[in-house]
Amino acid sequence: MTTLRVAIVDDHAMFRTGVRAEIDGPVDIVAEAEDVDSAVTVIAETRPDVVLLDVHMPGGGGLEVIRRLHLRHPDTKFLALSVSDAAEDVIGIIRAGARGYVTKNISGPELLDAINRVAQGDAVFSPRLAGFVLDAFAGTIEVAQVDEEIDRLTEREREVMRLIARGYAYKEVAKELFISIKTVETHVSSVLRKLQLSSRHELTRWANDRRLI
Amino acid sequence: MTEYRRAYRPADRRLVGGVATGVAGHFGVPVLYVRLAFIVATWFHGMGVIAYLLLWRFLPLRQPDLSPGLESATRRGLRTSGRPGAFEVFQTIALGAVGIGVMFMIQASGRGIAGGLFAPLLIGVIGLAVIWRQFDDAAWGRWMRQTRGLGFALRVGAGAVLVASAGIYFLSQERGWSAIVDLASAVAVAGLGLLLILGPWITKLLGDLSDERRERVRSQERADVAAHLHDSVLQTLALLQKNAGDSAVVATLARRQERELRAWLYGNDEKPGDSLVAALRASAADVEDAHRVPVEVIAVGDAALDPDVAAIAKAAREAMINAAKHARVDRVDVYAETDGRTVEVFVRDRGVGFDTDTIAEDRMGVRGSIIGRVERHGGTATIRSRPGEGTEVALSVPVRGDTNQAEPPTAPVPTEEVSP
Repeated sequence: MTTLRVAIVDDHAMFRTGVRAEIDGPVDIVAEAEDVDSAVTVIAETRPDVVLLDVHMPGGGGLEVIRRLHLRHPDTKFLALSVSDAAEDVIGIIRAGARGYVTKNISGPELLDAINRVAQGDAVFSPRLAGFVLDAFAGTIEVAQVDEEIDRLTEREREVMRLIARGYAYKEVAKELFISIKTVETHVSSVLRKLQLSSRHELTRWANDRRLI
Repeated sequence: MTEYRRAYRPADRRLVGGVATGVAGHFGVPVLYVRLAFIVATWFHGMGVIAYLLLWRFLPLRQPDLSPGLESATRRGLRTSGRPGAFEVFQTIALGAVGIGVMFMIQASGRGIAGGLFAPLLIGVIGLAVIWRQFDDAAWGRWMRQTRGLGFALRVGAGAVLVASAGIYFLSQERGWSAIVDLASAVAVAGLGLLLILGPWITKLLGDLSDERRERVRSQERADVAAHLHDSVLQTLALLQKNAGDSAVVATLARRQERELRAWLYGNDEKPGDSLVAALRASAADVEDAHRVPVEVIAVGDAALDPDVAAIAKAAREAMINAAKHARVDRVDVYAETDGRTVEVFVRDRGVGFDTDTIAEDRMGVRGSIIGRVERHGGTATIRSRPGEGTEVALSVPVRGDTNQAEPPTAPVPTEEVSP
């Protein structure tokens, strides 16, 4: 297996240095960028496999980077990294096309694992992201205003999401539900796809509504 | 206390006045349907437009209530906010075009609004929309409140033109049988012109400043909290320097400071007594401080802290303490889910685990403070654990909604924990 080529996009130089120190070697860090414009340029130039993308950045944030690059370079995978747990931003960046979300206090080995997973086309769901997703799709089973299959989670997908939110690793989810890890990954990818494709109006105004309750 | 849900116009996601988006949000229907309804209603004597304008006038505009961190990030352009996308804009323009086309067809067939009124009404409505839209914007609002300078001159000029055109329109008409209707519409246009000129004083009279006052109070509160936080960061940094050799202490201090900052920047300033999630987070923070184990709380939905929910929160706290004390792990996961009927809380660790059969009857930690406490409130508590495979405590209570009774009296429960 060839080493993965990774780009780090973050406006905090100290954080870039820290990540580089932690993961350089097992993966090949080909580019660094500190704002949206420079990120778009270097990513288009170096074509990394995985981009570690800060959520908040000058020029419109990580969302804008994905928006500008996703169509032109569909092979480049994005993994969102953030210190903020603002649900609307996390869901927003996943909907734009990121394959996963991790917080910045993630350990080096965990980050490497997440990078590998994303590079293989799988989704990286932290417990927090699983919680946000359940929240975003909450209530759709019984309300069922929208009939489209893409607009709700199947019972199995919800189960998987709930276990991930409870802190189960994919392996543990598989064991708990008596299914293979591959099946868990399929469910997670399917949830990711629904999250990205669903035009459920709840998903767009959901962030505002959560605060209203 | 009955809290009823108020409709409002979202300031950050509107195309014209935000009425359609606000109504759609209030009733939980796609915004497209609402826009269609307004346009179709307009074909019937302009009902849609009238309804739209009325709602525009009476639904309050609301700025998104963002946490300080997000507000600042939005101001500095670090994030893309949820403005309507290009697709929505085109869709609405297309809808509007079709609507106006049908309007003209109805006009052409002679069954619409009287010919002489149609054009001035159309111009009046568009003028009103432009002006109100600007009223809504904070910057424009300030411009509209000016009583001197260029903005003032422009605004009074525009108003004067409208008044004059209404006058000319009225004078140019032959005095026919519809003179009364025409007079009324002319007066309406003139009134609009006067409104433009007098607008600032009227809005001031209507207490438009209450928003600003609220904002000022809020920013003062925030400044106080920020000062307190910066102070606590300094304290933490001082402590870190003192304890630089002790990595466990350093990690705990850093974690606590991170939690505080995060709560302020991105949290929704909740207090431990407010809700289940707030209570769980507060417990998690205490456990982190006392036992130096990170406790991660994930929540879907939330519930008010009635006696039942308070009981499950307390039980969860005991479970967290047990996990932090005995499991010998570097992380505890807490997951809470509320769907309106039941509240479920899971506390999980990947630690040493224990044999559940060996919980001695007299071990009050698990028996009394977890299982008993939840069961007294009609809930269930299950503990799954095996040596070497970690422990998961699953708690669940039904939501009753009308609970006012206190926790049933029990003997004081010593919080001694079960040993693994």
